Amino acid sequence: MSLPLFPMNDPGPSFSELLRRVGGEPPVPEGGGGGESAPQVTHGTTVVAIRYADGVVMAGDRRATEGYSIAHRAIEKVFPADRHSGVSIAGAAGPAMEMVRLFQTQLEHYEKVEGSLLSLEGKANQLSQMVRNNLPAAMQGFVVVPIFAGYDLRRRMGRIFKYDVTGGRYEEADFHSTGSGGRDARTTIKLGWKEALDRAAAIELAIDSLYEAADEDTATGGPDPVRGIYPTVATITEQGFERVGGDEVEERFQALIRRKTEAGHPA
Amino acid sequence: MSMPFYVAPEQVMKDRADYARKGIARGRSLAGLVYTDGVLICAENQSRTLHKVSEIYDHIAFAGVGRYNEFDSLRTAGVRLADLRGYSYSREDVDARSLANAYAQTLGQVFTHEMKPMEVEILVAELGIDGHADQLFHILYDGTVMDEHHFSVLGGDADAIGERLKESFTEGMDLSTALRAAVSALAGPERTLTGADLEVAVLARNNGRRAFKRIQDGELEQLLS
Repeated sequence: MSLPLFPMNDPGPSFSELLRRVGGEPPVPEGGGGGESAPQVTHGTTVVAIRYADGVVMAGDRRATEGYSIAHRAIEKVFPADRHSGVSIAGAAGPAMEMVRLFQTQLEHYEKVEGSLLSLEGKANQLSQMVRNNLPAAMQGFVVVPIFAGYDLRRRMGRIFKYDVTGGRYEEADFHSTGSGGRDARTTIKLGWKEALDRAAAIELAIDSLYEAADEDTATGGPDPVRGIYPTVATITEQGFERVGGDEVEERFQALIRRKTEAGHPA
Repeated sequence: MSMPFYVAPEQVMKDRADYARKGIARGRSLAGLVYTDGVLICAENQSRTLHKVSEIYDHIAFAGVGRYNEFDSLRTAGVRLADLRGYSYSREDVDARSLANAYAQTLGQVFTHEMKPMEVEILVAELGIDGHADQLFHILYDGTVMDEHHFSVLGGDADAIGERLKESFTEGMDLSTALRAAVSALAGPERTLTGADLEVAVLARNNGRRAFKRIQDGELEQLLS
């Protein structure tokens, strides 16, 4: 492989532009149809993001589905985008994972080429462009809807951005959740959210919301004590992106299950 | 119609090499050396923003001397190559040797085919993990690659600095000792260099996935004292 030098039309600090120049871009699906006729692909389901006192908590269940069957029980949907931000995905798992990988590379590439970090807003806009580039695939049924969240080092607070299939980018003030169980999760968060929650309360709320989503939505996976699979939880603060340990998540879920059992489950 | 004078190819190459060497000799030198926890790169550079030393990939760093615009475009191309490889294969498949080869190809090509050779010398350093040794590739303006052990010195005054570093270098130095050895070798007997004259960065084994880290201000002063 020789050095990718561009004497004319330099792609600048953009990795996706560079990929386009060297012809490494994934092909866009062609043809009409879509919707019903789209081939059945793996789908990721519910992810949530909640702002709290020190930053943002992101969480996602671990189930991936293919139609009515379970494709994967322990898929990861919450990823670090760079040191101070994270991205979580719902929708067609293949293009979504690819988008995350491209996004991570894009942010690091910019940082290395330019020698400085993008602002959180800049990162959110970059992701918006990637979601927009996926629009032709989305029209074929391969929809990807990420949530982007991070700690804004300039404003010193956590911020959350949601997207629609056209790449529309909307900032959410306090919390957001997307995917098939997103609506149920959102309702739970809405009832429990307060300004300036502490870390424990925010993680608790994220776990509650995923539990309730799994309770109402077939495609969302609940806690699985038999296999020891629990949702992914991560915090993003001034110190950076940090995954909450498996033991801590497991403990909190067990406490939640005990609480629910003692209260007598409502139908 | 005027006839061009015949110039022997040996003479052409010699002139180009002299031209490149003169250009490189005008700038300040730098040294890269291996210490216990990784690789240290120490450059004489008074600018805080125009870097000579930078990150290429998880375990790979780049350093250049000579014309800033030329080695900076090589640096950018290196970041591009590494990121493209890491994206299309995997992060583990990016290594310094193939990057050094790509640099050598380009520099050799420019040296023989272009009007003007590049007035640069570059260092590609890789941090060895999982028991692999650290690697230092020193690449010259004409595409010559040298695989150096322990330390490497780039720039106009490289021979003298290299001699001094050879005397003070021992295997298994800690960061502070290695840094002081590099700084006194760069400075020579007649000068003293302070933190403000230096650009220092390390590839450190305990730094997580991205091993590259700049050492600046307070931390640098502390290591020098």
